[in-house]
Amino acid sequence: MATERVDSVKTYAAVWIVLLILTALTTAVAYVDLGAFSVVAALVIAVVKMLLVALFFMHLRHSTHLTRLVVTGGLVWLMILLLLSFADFMTRGWVGVPGR
Amino acid sequence: MKSWLLTKDHKRIAVLYLATVTLFFFLGGAFATLIRVELLTPQGGLVSSETYNKLFTMHGVTMVFFFLIPSIPATLGNFFLPLMIGARDLAFPRINLLSWYLLVIGGLLALFAMLAGGVDTGWTFYTPYSTTYSNSWVIATALGIFVAGFSSILTGLNFIVTVHRMRAPGMTWFRMPLFVWSMYATSLIQVLGTPVLAVTLVLVFCERVFHIGIFDPALGGDPVLFQHLFWFYSHPAVYIMVLPGMGVISEVISVFSRKSVFGYAFVAFSSVAIAVLGFLVWGHHLFVSTQSVYAGMVFSFLSYFVAIPSAIKVFNWTATLYKGSISFATPMLYAFGFIGLFTIGGLTGLFVASLGIDVHVTDTYFVIAHFHYIMVGGTIMAYMAGMHYWWPKMTGRMYPEGWAKLSALVIFLGFNLTFFPQFILGYLGMPRRYHVYPDEFQVLHVLSTAGASVLAVGYLMPMIYFIWSLRYGALAPANPWGATGLEWKTASPPPVHNFDEAPVVTHEAYDYSTVMGEVIEVG
Repeated sequence: MATERVDSVKTYAAVWIVLLILTALTTAVAYVDLGAFSVVAALVIAVVKMLLVALFFMHLRHSTHLTRLVVTGGLVWLMILLLLSFADFMTRGWVGVPGR
Repeated sequence: MKSWLLTKDHKRIAVLYLATVTLFFFLGGAFATLIRVELLTPQGGLVSSETYNKLFTMHGVTMVFFFLIPSIPATLGNFFLPLMIGARDLAFPRINLLSWYLLVIGGLLALFAMLAGGVDTGWTFYTPYSTTYSNSWVIATALGIFVAGFSSILTGLNFIVTVHRMRAPGMTWFRMPLFVWSMYATSLIQVLGTPVLAVTLVLVFCERVFHIGIFDPALGGDPVLFQHLFWFYSHPAVYIMVLPGMGVISEVISVFSRKSVFGYAFVAFSSVAIAVLGFLVWGHHLFVSTQSVYAGMVFSFLSYFVAIPSAIKVFNWTATLYKGSISFATPMLYAFGFIGLFTIGGLTGLFVASLGIDVHVTDTYFVIAHFHYIMVGGTIMAYMAGMHYWWPKMTGRMYPEGWAKLSALVIFLGFNLTFFPQFILGYLGMPRRYHVYPDEFQVLHVLSTAGASVLAVGYLMPMIYFIWSLRYGALAPANPWGATGLEWKTASPPPVHNFDEAPVVTHEAYDYSTVMGEVIEVG
């Protein structure tokens, strides 16, 4: 078993503050009209936050390869769900069906 | 009593699971009996349409979520996975007990819903009917399934960690019995898929109770989104049901032909391949929904790929038999039944995976017949094969071989008489979930009901002689079949800590030269 290497309280506090700032940023961006990029901006910030939580609070930075594989696997499966679902929702007008 | 309810021994928990799922099997069977009796006549006079809707829903819910999903993993897997890899228990014994309690709580919730008035949405809970229109106990049933889902996730998690961390010295990945490989692949699906079902049921709850628009078009939702989310779990769930069965069959075929499984690594990896590919095909349940035709083509194409690892298994089992020293003991009879019935179920799966034919047979008895060939002809045949194969180890008693062979035959004949006419019915246009039907379908329906009666006798027989054998059966030796697995290297039934001495593995799985002296005449 990998020995538990935990980050210092200082690091945790710093990450926490960054997360708070990013949350504020998400709220702020919501008030600015970026057109199609509103969603992109919100999602980018969300992904950054997710990575910070996973890497620091969930100790992924110090984890074994197997643990990282498990996390990556989970993300890949989420992508399968989204990708193949959108293969339907994005293409409903592509091929016509008589009577539909 | 207390020692059982608080046990952390994987073997005792397996027995608790066995009692629980057996109860649900006979409950689901009772619903099936009522359905088949109702369908004897075309007028639909026995029960009202509302009651009929509830009967097939509760049959499906009980059988899928409370019998088939936990059946092999939670009973045979729980009992034998640690033994087969030479471990003293699962990695998390307390979580194992918790998972049984979760199944019981989920089951009781579903039972409460059934007794309070039942649920009529079909086991698939399609929206917007389930969220907007149904006046039955949707939430209570969904909550029961939600809780039971966590039981499934915890079992899967426990098995994955156990296989990674608890293997005996010398038990490398490619020395593991194929049943362990199949349980590992099953566990992956349980852990990756079940949370999506849980999320979906929570969304149904949100829409039904709080009227948050997710699936209802009137509230800005999309009903087909439900089908995507539901089948993202429920199609792989079919492989949760059948992969463990395939693992059992690999063990049984090898032992009773006294040969190593042909193409061991291919069979092992085909389990993992089925687990992964199973997640890429769910859209084939949506061909006649408003799913885009483009997505339909993609899902149809991907669905065909599942046939490859499935065929690898069937051909490799057959090749294992070639020049084997075959004995026709009961588990082997069930295994033969499995191979034939699973092949029919699998091949008709290709029919319904193709866009054109599926439009014709969607929501007909063809589909009913197809998936019963997989779930009953496949999973339950394998479950029965496994139960007979490992019964001596689990209980220390032999079952009566003659009666057991007879039951295997009765079940095989009864099964085919029940479900083969349904292929024809469906192809002729008999829709599922209807209890009033045109007169010309009656002959086939009567045949099917007659088959169901035979099948019921077939299932009651093992129930009786297994219980009989607990008291009167001959004492089982440690290794009655001359099998190679580690579970046969300890007493029958195994001591609390499984092995008196920690086993060290020096051979591949299925090396019968190591058990030459242990062969005992069977059948």
